[in-house]
Amino acid sequence: MENRTDKNSYTILFAIGMVVVVGGILAFLASSLRPAIAQNEKIEKQQNILYALGINNNEGSSAVFVDAAVTPNKFESTVTEQLVLTFKNGEIMKTQARQEYVDETGQEPYLIDVKKQQSLQKTTGERKLPLFIGKNPNGKTLYVAPIRGKGLWDAIWGYVALDEEMVVQGVYFDHKGETPGLGANIKQTYFMDDFKGEHLLNDTGVFKGITVAKGNADPKNEDKTDYEVDAIAGATITGDGVTAMIKKDLALYVPYFKTLKK
Amino acid sequence: MGVLSKKDAKLISDPLLDNNPITIQVLGICSALAITAELEASIVMSISVLFVLGVGNVVISLMRNIIPSKIRIIVQLVVVATLVIIVDQVLKAYAYELSKTLSVFVGLIITNCIIMGRFEAFALGNGPWRSFLDGIGNAAGYGFILILVGFFRELFGSGTLLGIPVLGDPIEKTGLYAIGYENNGFMLLSPMALIVVGLIIWVQRSRNKALIED
Repeated sequence: MENRTDKNSYTILFAIGMVVVVGGILAFLASSLRPAIAQNEKIEKQQNILYALGINNNEGSSAVFVDAAVTPNKFESTVTEQLVLTFKNGEIMKTQARQEYVDETGQEPYLIDVKKQQSLQKTTGERKLPLFIGKNPNGKTLYVAPIRGKGLWDAIWGYVALDEEMVVQGVYFDHKGETPGLGANIKQTYFMDDFKGEHLLNDTGVFKGITVAKGNADPKNEDKTDYEVDAIAGATITGDGVTAMIKKDLALYVPYFKTLKK
Repeated sequence: MGVLSKKDAKLISDPLLDNNPITIQVLGICSALAITAELEASIVMSISVLFVLGVGNVVISLMRNIIPSKIRIIVQLVVVATLVIIVDQVLKAYAYELSKTLSVFVGLIITNCIIMGRFEAFALGNGPWRSFLDGIGNAAGYGFILILVGFFRELFGSGTLLGIPVLGDPIEKTGLYAIGYENNGFMLLSPMALIVVGLIIWVQRSRNKALIED
């Protein structure tokens, strides 16, 4: 005897019903949780920027952000200006202050989607470069730029805090799905701290970037002008991704930093 | 175990050793290779699978009489994927830090063969309570091996446990490193997970000859 559940009509009805029910549950969940998730993502971006500026609750070797509850206030008081540079064909066409940009677009500069801007650059040659100006705990004024690239499995991104000479003062890296224990270690303090003090420009002001190098002759990272930091063993491709995003995205800011010296 | 009958208790204890999903059934190897370079990741993954397999087994078991057999694999896949996404979304909204730790595992949980294997082999033919116990037991057996492998790989690969240095500082040459010990970077690469799992299988089968297949 054929079972009721073996009929084709039953199978099709079941499949349709299942899709409707599951789709409904997920859609309801996604839309009801969206505001809370968006708020968390906003706070995370602020925490990232604060981290690059050297404001964190680090304990030993693990990177810990400032508490989510105090982040918005801390961000407001630390990051004094958020510039938006309009970049086109190798030049900075326009520099907007935060208020000007918010009035024009209704969006905070720190929420600018770097991925979207990178693809705009490819298609139109024009892109917005956000730059956050704030003070580190020692009272030094730093410029924080967002960067984004590809790791081994998925996207990697970060924030780099620079002084006027484009010397790195702090970085924060994060990733979507790098391998735990290998590529995922780019967000460990031992890797991020290696970038502190590294120069991006050579003596004559030419942009060199920072290479995440294997077989580095300087594993303790004492030479700050070799444009290299020590790679993570077993994470070559993630490391290459970090090198590439630093070179590609930070090079665009060079014209702005040149204007600071005048 | 007073609460569980002998038969029910066996559902939990069996997969821990003599019918372990990784070492005996050889399921779920892929995720065991991918994430055991660190002990912490192993623990997080174990807890995630424990939850998904426990709940998933119950859901499939409750639906077992209405699932059309022709599309049962697809139904199972939809159930796992839905559960995992619900958990992921809720964590993103209310426990953001935790969800970031878990993000990399979400895809791995869905594709974990143990989950589909238990749905197919057990939950489709048994009641919800027994399916729940079977899910917990198998996930625990999986987690046990994962944590064991993670422990050895992190200890010998990085000289740390849960990120805390336990063998001294390799750059400053303190602790064990002072007498010439070096971390074995090879332990951090996936092939070593396979070799460690192989060693566990060897130890297990040499202690219990009944497990050796012809």
